[in-house]
Order: sequence, then structure tokens, then C-alpha cells
Amino acid sequence: MIEVDLAQSSVRALNARLHQPTAQTNQLYWQVLNPNGAHAIAVGLTQPLQIEIKGHAGYYCGGMNAAATVIVDGHAGTGVAENIMSGIVRVRGNASQSAAASGRGGLVVIEGNAGARCGISMKGVTIVVGGSVGHMSAFMGQTGVLVVCGDAGPNLGDSLYEAEIFVAGTVASLGADCTETDMTASDAERVAGLLGRAGIKADAARFRHYGSARRLYNFRVDHTAEY
Amino acid sequence: MCGIVGLFFKRGAATEKLGPLLSGMLGQMSERGPDSAGFALYGEAAPDGAFKATLHAPDRGYDWAAFEVELGGVFPLAAPARHYGNHAVFTLDRAPSPLFDWLDAHHPEVGVFGFGEHIEVYKDVGSPDAVAQRFGLERRSGTHGLGHTRMATESAVTTEHSHPFSTGPDLCLVHNGSLSNYNRVRQSLRREGIRFVTDNDTEVAAGYLTWRLHQGMALDRALEAALADLDGFYTFAVGTGNGFAILRDPIACKPAVLAETEDWVAMATEYRAIATLPNASAAEIWEPQPATVYCWRRQ
Repeated sequence: MIEVDLAQSSVRALNARLHQPTAQTNQLYWQVLNPNGAHAIAVGLTQPLQIEIKGHAGYYCGGMNAAATVIVDGHAGTGVAENIMSGIVRVRGNASQSAAASGRGGLVVIEGNAGARCGISMKGVTIVVGGSVGHMSAFMGQTGVLVVCGDAGPNLGDSLYEAEIFVAGTVASLGADCTETDMTASDAERVAGLLGRAGIKADAARFRHYGSARRLYNFRVDHTAEY
Repeated sequence: MCGIVGLFFKRGAATEKLGPLLSGMLGQMSERGPDSAGFALYGEAAPDGAFKATLHAPDRGYDWAAFEVELGGVFPLAAPARHYGNHAVFTLDRAPSPLFDWLDAHHPEVGVFGFGEHIEVYKDVGSPDAVAQRFGLERRSGTHGLGHTRMATESAVTTEHSHPFSTGPDLCLVHNGSLSNYNRVRQSLRREGIRFVTDNDTEVAAGYLTWRLHQGMALDRALEAALADLDGFYTFAVGTGNGFAILRDPIACKPAVLAETEDWVAMATEYRAIATLPNASAAEIWEPQPATVYCWRRQ
């Protein structure tokens, strides 16, 4: 395991080192000490490395991640795993606003709570939140799945396209064009599978299912191919 | 942008730890606001019945000694003045409003940045570290303090437009964001007798709280009222003689992190400012909820 102490090294130097390894690398396991809320830790990774950050991370931690596993052993600031492409970003504590914003793929796990706008403009990412999410989560979500084991704040799924949302607790309010849909046996099975992948214990049978009513503005799912 | 920091010791006398810690926090927020900075310190109380006034003059070589002689001839001074370049702190044993009138008439070049039993306010253009150093923040003690680093969006980069804004006794406010209905609110507050010296939006928020506190509202109630009356984006940090409060607008666009231990409460725009505090790793850390007042009072 390679240790990098951010009390000694800059984030820029750390990221440059994390961008060096090729697909055949042996340098798979990394530990980052003393993050102290620094921004942009472990961003833009493209190889299947595993990076564990021992402490609280600042903004955009694990942003644009592809293939790597980034673990924050603490809280994460604004925009953790923003634009994630693949791989896993896991936050053991809470995440601030806009977690997994615009994520195109991969898995983002927030073991604690996520703040406002979790999954804003999500485009294929899977997000599992062990606690609750703040207001306007999954705003304009285009595709992907948001699973919330706790409660959701006001205006959940506002202006939703084709992303799906599952919430076990209460929903303060649904945003424009977001509606509750059927929770089928196969949905419950999918949720159970995602919880298993995320390593979060929750009863899949308790979740309710939300999606787009497809009535907003001029959007018609039948015309998807033309958009 | 802009960065806010606040540190509030929950009990005990003024401590020498305050200045160095607040200075360290402020420096961490430099990238969020490099054009100007300021801080308010709540220190030892002025002698019974007296109040402190932090005055500022346009140039750093201002002859405060001559000013003190002249001021002392009109208002009995309860303690010797302290000078810090273009700022000076005077301790007067009379109510503050005659001082304002006297300054307007005789020294219009001198402004009042803060007044009250405990508060002192320092702010200027320049980087946060330079401003902290200029006023010797590292060597200052107190029970609590607020700081601000400014990236101006709404009004000019001048000493007067820097934060904190203090519009009433021992009250001060720092702000990250921008208000939208402040012209109208300023108009109505002027009718209620609140004084404004700039065209800045944050000064209106401070004036609003001064008005509400003057009506007899407690700080938490005054901030709840502000949720209805002030429109715009904001994270506010507010100090009073014995209190400290945080409020974010209902949309919560502007970031904020709170941390609390048995001894202190700290607030910052970003966690990295809090990370500089001793024992930060043991603090309870959370993001304040939108439209929710967080308020502490010294025991």
C-alpha cells in the first residue's frame, strides 16, 4: 500500500501520481492521510486503483472517476463523485450538496446523509444513500437509479426525465412531474441487489418507487429517438 | 464566492486562543475572497456604562493622537485609545448617538465600523492574511469572533464595503451571497431610524436584525423573521455580545459547515477552515439545514 500524506504533499502532486499507473500496475492500493477538507482529491482516475482517504474531504472528491474505487473515511464536501463515469465512490460519513452530480455510470454510496441536490442531473449513475437526502434530489435526473434508505427532502425528482428513485422513508414533497409508480417484485429485487452491492442493510420491501410522469413541457418518451 | 468563518467559545472569560485560531481559519478562506477581508472580535467588556467604538479613517497614517485630544475634549474617554493604522478603538462613557452626530459634523472622514460593550470591528482591502496581520489579529483575545473574506459581486471593493457589518450595539453580521430586495428593505429601515453608510446589501441585513433586536426580539426570532423579509441567497453568520447564530436561505445555495465540541462552536464556508482548529477531528460536524436558525448563547 502506498501512503500519501497531504500534510507533506500537495493535492496536485497526489493526483499526478494517481494518474501515472497503467492498466498493468501493481500500485493498486493507496491511502491518503490528513485530507483536512482539501478539494479535488483523487479526481479523474482511469485505472482500477483503490484509494482510501482517511478523514474529511473537500469539494469534488472522486470527480470524473472511471474504474477506480475511492473511499472517504469521513465526510465529503460539495460535489463528491461529480460526473463519475464508472467505478465506485464511497463516503462513510455524510456528503454535502450535489453528490454524484451529472454522474454517467458507476456506483456512489453515501453511508450517512447526503445534502441538497443529491444526484442532480444524473445520467446513468447508481446512487445508494444509507441515510436521508436533502431538497431537490435527482433534479432533472435523466437516467440511473437513486436509492434512499432514509427520508427525502422537498421537491424530490423535480423535472425528472427517466431516472428512477426508490425511497424507504418519507418524502417531504415531490417536485414537478415526479410521481409515485408501482413497486413491483422485480423492482424490489433490483433494490435488494443494489443495497447488496452498496453493502448497506435495509429491507427492500419497504421502498417506494418514484419516476417521471412524462407530462412536463414537451417531453414525450415515445419520441425519445428524435430528441 | 466569499468565505465566512466564526468561532464561539461557549463559556469562560476572553481567551488568547481566539485571535490565532480565527486568523488561521480566515487564511484558509483566502481563495474564496482575496480582495478584502475583515473580522469582528468580542473581547473584554468596556467599563460599566461605557462602550467601545471602532473608528476608521481613510489613510493609514491618520493622526489618531490629535483626534483623541479633540474627541476627549467633547466626550469623556473611559480608557486610552488603541490605534491600528487606519482603525482606532475609543472607549466612551456616553451613549453612542451623540458621537455619530459629532463625527458627521466635525470629522466626516471618520466612520464607525462597530460599537458596543464588547465588539471591535476591523476590515480593509487586501488579502485575508495581510488584513489579519495589519490589525494584529494573532495577538487578540476574546470570547468569540467572526471573519469574512470577500470576492465582491454586488458593490465596490472598498474598506467600507468589506464585511463584517455592524449596525447596532454589539451586533455584527457576515454574509456569503447576495440579497435582491435590499433597496426596499433599506428604505423602510431608514424610516425606522436605522443608519446606513453604504449601498451594500449585507449592511441592510445587519440593519434589519438591529431593528428586530431593538423591537425586543431574541436573536433566533429575529432571524426567523428575516427568512420572511429578506429575499436572496445567503449564508449569514451573526454575532451579539453573548450570542452566535447561523442562517442559510431556503434554497441553501451558499455553503456552510458547522462543528461543535464541548468547548466551542465553529462555522465556516468550507471544512478546511475548521480543520485548522485543535480537536477538530473530535468535533461533531454537520451541514446546517436550509431555512433553519442555529443559535448559541454563552453560559
